[in-house]
Formats: sequence, C-alpha cells, structure tokens
Amino acid sequence: MSPEIIRLIASSTLDTLYMVAAATAIGTLIGLPLGVFLATSKRGELLSAPLANSILGVIVNATRSTPFIILTVSIIPFTRLVAGTSIGTTAAIVPLAVAATPFIARLVEGSIREVDQGLIEAARAMGASPLQILAKVLVPEALPGIVLGLTLAIVSLIGFSAIVGVVGGGGLGDLGIRYGYQRFMPDVMAAVVLVLILLVQGIQSLGDALSRKLNKRVRHG
Amino acid sequence: MNALSFHPPDAAQPPQAADEAVVRFEGVAKTFAARGRQTAVAALEDIDLTVRRGAILGVIGRSGAGKSTLIRLVNGLEKPTAGRVLVDGTDVARLPEKDLRQLRRSIGMIFQHFNLLSSRTVYDNIALPLEIAGASREDIRQRVDPLIELVGLADKRSRYPAELSGGQKQRVGIARALATRPKVLLSDEATSALDPETTRSILDLLATINAELKLTILLITHEMAVIRGIARDVAVIDNGRIVEKGDVFDLFTRPRHPTTRTFLAAESGRALPAYVAERLTERAGPGSQAVLRIIFRGSHATDPVLSQITRTFAIDVNILGGTVDAIAGRPFGTLIVAVPDEADLLKRVTAFLTARGLDVEALGFIALEADRASAPAAQNEGGHSHVA
Ligand SMILES: Nc1ncnc2c1ncn2[C@@H]1O[C@H](COP(=O)(O)OP(=O)(O)OP(=O)(O)O)[C@@H](O)[C@H]1O
Ligand SMILES: [Mg+2]
Repeated sequence: MSPEIIRLIASSTLDTLYMVAAATAIGTLIGLPLGVFLATSKRGELLSAPLANSILGVIVNATRSTPFIILTVSIIPFTRLVAGTSIGTTAAIVPLAVAATPFIARLVEGSIREVDQGLIEAARAMGASPLQILAKVLVPEALPGIVLGLTLAIVSLIGFSAIVGVVGGGGLGDLGIRYGYQRFMPDVMAAVVLVLILLVQGIQSLGDALSRKLNKRVRHG
Repeated sequence: MNALSFHPPDAAQPPQAADEAVVRFEGVAKTFAARGRQTAVAALEDIDLTVRRGAILGVIGRSGAGKSTLIRLVNGLEKPTAGRVLVDGTDVARLPEKDLRQLRRSIGMIFQHFNLLSSRTVYDNIALPLEIAGASREDIRQRVDPLIELVGLADKRSRYPAELSGGQKQRVGIARALATRPKVLLSDEATSALDPETTRSILDLLATINAELKLTILLITHEMAVIRGIARDVAVIDNGRIVEKGDVFDLFTRPRHPTTRTFLAAESGRALPAYVAERLTERAGPGSQAVLRIIFRGSHATDPVLSQITRTFAIDVNILGGTVDAIAGRPFGTLIVAVPDEADLLKRVTAFLTARGLDVEALGFIALEADRASAPAAQNEGGHSHVA
C-alpha cells in the first residue's frame, strides 16, 4: 500500500471517530435526559406526565423505525439548516445525532427501569424531591447499564457512519466504497474492515471494563 | 461503646408527657381505586391506633392484611381515603409536598429488602438522607461516623452492600434511618429476610436504640416471635381491620381473636405436643380423659396447683406437656393435662383453677389407657417447680 493510501486510511479513521464522537455527545446530551424522562413519566411514576410520555414515545419509535439511509436523505433540509451544508463530514453528524438520540433514550430508559423500585421508595421516605431521586438514586444506580448502552450506541454509530458516505460524509465507510469497491482495491477494503473491527473491539472492551468497574452489585475481589 | 451519646435530647423541644401520641390513626380507611380490570381493594378500614412517645408498637398480620399500607400512611407514601393520620398532631395527608418532605426527614424507615443503593458504600448510604437534607460534608461526617460505630460496622465503612451479609445490610439500613435524628422509626418486616439468630441481633439493636435514644418505633411483622422479642404493645390486623390490640403479655396469654390464636399456635409454648395433637378428639370416647390447657400468668406462674388438685379432688392428673417462658419480661407458663372425664369433675376442677387466677381452656378428649405406658408422662421443656 502506498503511503498516500495509508494517509487516506488514517484521515478517514479520524473522520469516522470525529463523526461518531460528535453524534454520541449530542445524542447523549439529549438522549440521556429524554431516557430519564421516558422512564419516570408514565402515570403514577415519579414525574407522572402520561401525555408527554406517550407523545415522546411515538416520536422516538418513529425515528427508530425509519431506516438510517432514508432518515439521512429525508432530513437533508434540516441538516442544511443546522450545519449550513448537507455535504461533508460535519453535515453527516446531523443525521447520525438524530438517529443516536432516540436510540440512546430507549437504552437509558431501559437501564433506569431496571433500578429496584424499593430504592425510589426509600428515597421518597427520606424526603427526597423527584429531582434528587433522579440525580442521587436512579442515574447513579443505572450507570453501569447506561455505560453498556452507550457502548452499544457507539458501535452502532460506527456502522451508520459508513452509510453517510452516500451523502458525502467521508470516513472509513466512504473510503471502503470509493477505493475498495468502485476502484476495486481489495487491499484498501481489507484495511478498512480491519480498522473497523479493531475500533469496534476496542470500544466494546473499554465499555465493558468501565461498566464492570462501575457495577458494585456484584462482588469482585 | 458510648457511641449513643452523640444523640443529646433535643433541647429545643418542650418536655413531653410520656404517654403522648407521636403517631395517631383516627378512623382511617384506605381503598385502592379500581383500575382497568382490577376491582377496588379495601386495604384498611376503621383503623384507630396510637403510638405513644418512646413506645415500641408491633403490628402483626398475615400477608395482604394491610400492614405495609398502614405503615406507609405514616410518612405519606399513601394517603388515606377516610380519617386522619397524625404525626405529632399534624395531619400528614394535608401537608403540601414540600412540608411533607420535611416531615419525612423526621421519620426513619427500614425495609424487608434493605433498599440500599448498590452504587454507594456503607458510609455513603448512611450519608444519603443527610445529603438530601442539604447537610454540609463536615456535618455529614460528624453524623455518619458515630452511626457506623453504633450499628457495629466500623470495619465495613468503605464496603459496598454486595459485600455485606443480610444482617449487616439491615444495620446499614438502621443507621441510615437514624441519620436525620427521626422521632419515629418505621420498620416494615425488617427482619423477615433474616435467619432467627440475625433477627435476634437486629431486634436487640432496635431495642437498644429505643431505650437509649428514646426513639419511638412502629414495627410491622408477620412473626409472633418478633412481637414477643421486642414490642410491649401490639395490634393484630386481619383483612384491613385491627381485630385485637393491647399489651403484648395479655395478648400472648389471653388471645381473644381467632387470628391471634392462629399466630400463637405457631409459637412453641402454645403448640400441642404431637402425640397429644394426634390423639385429641372433640368428643369423649370410652375410657377417654378430658384435656385441659392451664395457663399460668405472671405471679401465678409458680403456684403448685397440680398437687392441690390431686389432693382436693383425689384424682390422678396426667401431665401431657408444658412450658414456662417469659413474655415481655414476665413469666408465663402453659401446662397441658388430662383429668378423668367424670360427671361434673371437669367443671369443679375448672372452677378451682379459675378461682386461683389461672386460665383454663378445654381442648378436647384423649384416650390414654391403651398407650399410657408408652406415652411420655410429661414433656418437661421448661422446669415445672409447681408440679412437684
Ligand atoms: N398500590 C396498590 N394498588 C392496589 N392495591 C394495593 C396497592 N398496594 C396494596 N394493595 C392491596 O392492599 C392490600 C394490602 O396490601 P399490603 O401491602 O398493605 O399488605 P401487607 O400486609 O403488607 O402484606 P405482606 O405481608 O405480603 O407485605 C392487598 O390486598 C394489596 O393487594
Ligand atoms: Mg407488606
């Protein structure tokens, strides 16, 4: 492989990391509170707001059931509005973040619902306000699960980021398609796949380790 | 260990009469409204109950009797559908949310499954109610350290709940409940997940806290052993109603309601020895004898009445079983005897015993002739000095 190709692979890897990191950051920023709200706002729950809960639920489901490629194309006007352009790595962050947010919200909701109801009861009995219960009980107790969820989200986003090449998003997926497939350079294709595998492996191991460290529910020597 | 000295009597409060009510239920009912396919549930009805300052009141009932609902009314986790629950004279259900949260800080609660945060160490779990109340880091430390000492977990300070035994977890629960210096401690089946020995140690800790901190305790349980181990006053709840209440000793020695009797039947002293229970019949048969349960309460527990009966009526008395025990610190004996089933002899023996302040209960009849020799003459589980 020529040094040029190697440089290309390096810069594409950086592009992918940049897109995924930004989308994860935005998706977490919005998805985390959204997930917490979804997990606590059904009738009779801590923040009881059944109407808002069902509306949000429908929106989240709609976004999640739209195939990513269709989502990317159909929100192009929105992308242009937010990013100023609809083409390029930065613009690609918009559809990635839009896809990541409901995904993360559902994963966070799931983790929070796993928390023992008895803990909410105990906190209420101590005189905690709903916000204190969220901040001091639900989120800390759900944290190991949330970390695993975020890991899953990042891994999925790496996959999605390959698709945004279609709209000129750049990154490893784009490189693989343009060089490996269209110009028939199997060594580039192999290198791209290898880098992707290493990325996913690394992130998964990191997420697992962090979650295990945070999880005090099991004894570990 | 003088770790208890950290809790000086609250100087700001005026001296209070010993029999003053800390918690009071007045005509309380709680019905869970029908929802979806579920019909409405009348969980509590007509509850009148007082927890006096410094007392330990035990409430006992079967599963589903309404015990948890009752205790949750005290800190406003449930609202009554009728009547009032007063804590220090304040109607809990009428408090605005913010004042209710303030009130809850003066009511500690412990749970069957401990409800500790798995993500927090022993220290941080005990600190949680103080954090919620907005205490400073330094105040928290000054409060939590002696509490850890009090419940005997000094060496577990930085452990996580997963690294503790059930009994140790409940000790953390107790320390956490005491953190905000509550005036009442609510205990919802706090020992039900523990073995008898650990239960004993937790009850001892609660008794110590009650005695030394003058903390009022409302405790619910489905185990008579818990009541007799710690409470002085007891209420029996069945199907959402209080069917019997009063002094623990009276209730143990003179149960009136069938539910109370059922709970007591499981108690060692009240249970009939197996060989009696197997042979006991409701009606007299040929050669059968009448079986009586004689209950010695308090000062009568050492009366030599059996030898008196033998002399007065010139009959043989067969001892089938019995125990001497202490309940709420007072002696209490049970003796199961068989006497000849003759004309009005039974009536006269009963009258004789009743006149001497003993309770007599006719249990039925038993045919002893056939296996007189093989049946043990008496199961001396406790000493029967009065038999001699
Ligand atoms: N939130 C609720 N909604 C509907 N019904 C309820 C609710 N909470 C309790 N109940 C019902 O009220 C009754 C009393 O329940 P409660 O939990 O007070 O019983 P308990 O005596 O504590 O039982 P256990 O010993 O099993 O804990 C039960 O029939 C129960 O099904
Ligand atoms: Mg209960």
